[in-house]
Amino acid sequence: MTAQAELEREETETMTVREAIREALREELARDEDVYIMGEDVGAFGGVLEVTGDLYEEFGEERVRDTPIAEAGYVGAATGAAATGTRPVIELMFSDFIGVSMEQIMNQMAKMRYMFGGKTEIPVTVRATEGGGMGAASQHSGTVHAWISHFPGLKAVAPGTAAAAKGLTKAAIRSNDPVFVFENKMIYEQQGDVPTDEDYIVPIGEAAVEREGEDVTVVATQRLVGESLDVADRLAGDVSVEVIDPRSLYPLDTETIAESLRKTGRMVVADETPLSYGTHAEIITRAQEEAFFSLDAPIQRVGTPDTHMPFSTPLEQEVLPDGEGVENAIRRIT
Amino acid sequence: MEDYTLDTEDGRLEALRRMLTIREFDTKAGEYFADGEIPGFVHLYIGEEAVGVGTCAALEPDDYITSTHRGHGHCIAKGLDTKLMMAELFGKRSGYCNGKGGSMHIADVDAGMLGANGIVGAGPPLATGAALSIDYQDRDQVALAFLGDGAVAQGQVHEAVNMASTWDLPAIFLVENNKYGEATPVEKQHNVKQLSDTAQAYDIPGVTVDGMDVTAVTEAVEEARKRARAGDGPTMIEAETYRYNGHYEGDEQNYRDEEEVAQWKERDAIESFKERLLDRGELTEAEFGELQAEVEDEIADAVEYAQNSDLPEPEEAYEDMFSESVPEVEQFASRLRTDGGSSRGDSQ
Repeated sequence: MTAQAELEREETETMTVREAIREALREELARDEDVYIMGEDVGAFGGVLEVTGDLYEEFGEERVRDTPIAEAGYVGAATGAAATGTRPVIELMFSDFIGVSMEQIMNQMAKMRYMFGGKTEIPVTVRATEGGGMGAASQHSGTVHAWISHFPGLKAVAPGTAAAAKGLTKAAIRSNDPVFVFENKMIYEQQGDVPTDEDYIVPIGEAAVEREGEDVTVVATQRLVGESLDVADRLAGDVSVEVIDPRSLYPLDTETIAESLRKTGRMVVADETPLSYGTHAEIITRAQEEAFFSLDAPIQRVGTPDTHMPFSTPLEQEVLPDGEGVENAIRRIT
Repeated sequence: MEDYTLDTEDGRLEALRRMLTIREFDTKAGEYFADGEIPGFVHLYIGEEAVGVGTCAALEPDDYITSTHRGHGHCIAKGLDTKLMMAELFGKRSGYCNGKGGSMHIADVDAGMLGANGIVGAGPPLATGAALSIDYQDRDQVALAFLGDGAVAQGQVHEAVNMASTWDLPAIFLVENNKYGEATPVEKQHNVKQLSDTAQAYDIPGVTVDGMDVTAVTEAVEEARKRARAGDGPTMIEAETYRYNGHYEGDEQNYRDEEEVAQWKERDAIESFKERLLDRGELTEAEFGELQAEVEDEIADAVEYAQNSDLPEPEEAYEDMFSESVPEVEQFASRLRTDGGSSRGDSQ
């Protein structure tokens, strides 16, 4: 059953990805007093990407807490807080700033549970925005989720629809492990049907078939989910395209992807991370491990060539993966 | 967790016992490391006992501490079990971390010990976070970060102290200035005369105490704890102390001379505290001898426990990553179960 068909069985409301994330935060703040938000300008200002919005007015400064511009410090503090009985939700603003806080992420947050023999839990959520497309240049446009997905001890999710944005954010906050939620900044205004049930969650580790097809499987993430669905519409009648949103990058729902590949025999992986040593390689490796003898053509990759995100529009458009790139990739193998 | 304070005679004897326990534990840890029974690295706390014990004597049992790579003394001062500590050093399943952590990662969160830490300067942000949890839930606790002189140069320490002071969190930053950051003298790593001078940058009290005097340390921490619980925010305490051994066991110590080491040993914290208790009539030489013998027995038992404990089974490497297992890790555990691990690392 497609994700859309599943949604049709729920009570839904149409809202943007931004509103869906805010709704998830609101519901979880209301549900659990131990949950609070921390980050730069998340309070009265409402968040630089306007995600936290009016939550400060509703929940106050203790629960929607502005921090100094000190990513290592507050990521570390969130880790220490999570180990001692509270459930912080960090907004790390631009995912590029993960670099500033990487020590606390890789050596503390990711390792504490394992190093301590499983005797502590680190229920911390880190939200960060990714992606090019708005001329934010190299230090505010990165897509770095491969780093976090690569590093043992961290979970990573990356919604491509409004429903997934809400359901994954709630699942992240309810998880007793560190979970990173990667929000693509170009889809905050994208609309979709979102379940209103306060217990609606998207389980971490479950992919969604967003559209069923017979000829080729497109595994697409974040902004590229919507663009791949548009491509599927355009090619309908010519090529039948199945579109899968993994939603969760780690753990990854390998089986849903492999099952699709067994049916179609052809696959394109579309993700905005740089191509070398990354998300595409992992998804493709797993797909061929599980469905090698179903392959009818080499699996194709659509991603950012190995450059940083340039500022000027024609340069940015050149390197930014998009629907056209997905379509070209499909054409190469069908 | 047993409480102790230097305000009572029993408490003073308990403090002396813990200082002796630290020295004996680390003496044995050094010996078994040299013999090859303890793998990895060990960083010994010998010489610095008054800092850990004076600090923890001023804390309440459910207060939190974060520790450093030189953490055995903090653990014992906080009341951790030397059997489980030694077993962890030996890499045994019965250790605090089931053998996954070792010397540099001993932790017992339930006892308020948030972990020794292999990254210099990483503890203070965690302590600030523990203080945030305390503040958020309005609990009657404090969080104290032990950090070395070297850590004061770390950027994340600045971030942690700044945040804790800006938010008036119940935190204490206890700098153990043992005069060397790894192999480099403190003067070559910092521009301030006293490391506690850095407290001025945060508008919090900064005090320097004689870290070879357990009473001086405990008084400073008691004061800091009162301030923290009153909602007035953190304090930075610099305890001047000295490590008798190298940075790590095996360190050739070409950066300091024997005379300097000998001078510090003349001010030995255990000796001076013992003398004080003898002078006050709270201890006799015979009682000290008994105490020393008890401590030696305790550590001998800890070593025996560690030696007799089982090593972990290979499949335990795949446990404890997450609160729920993930297929990415589980596949290796199941492969190990089905084919004895002969194809570990292969993809199919």
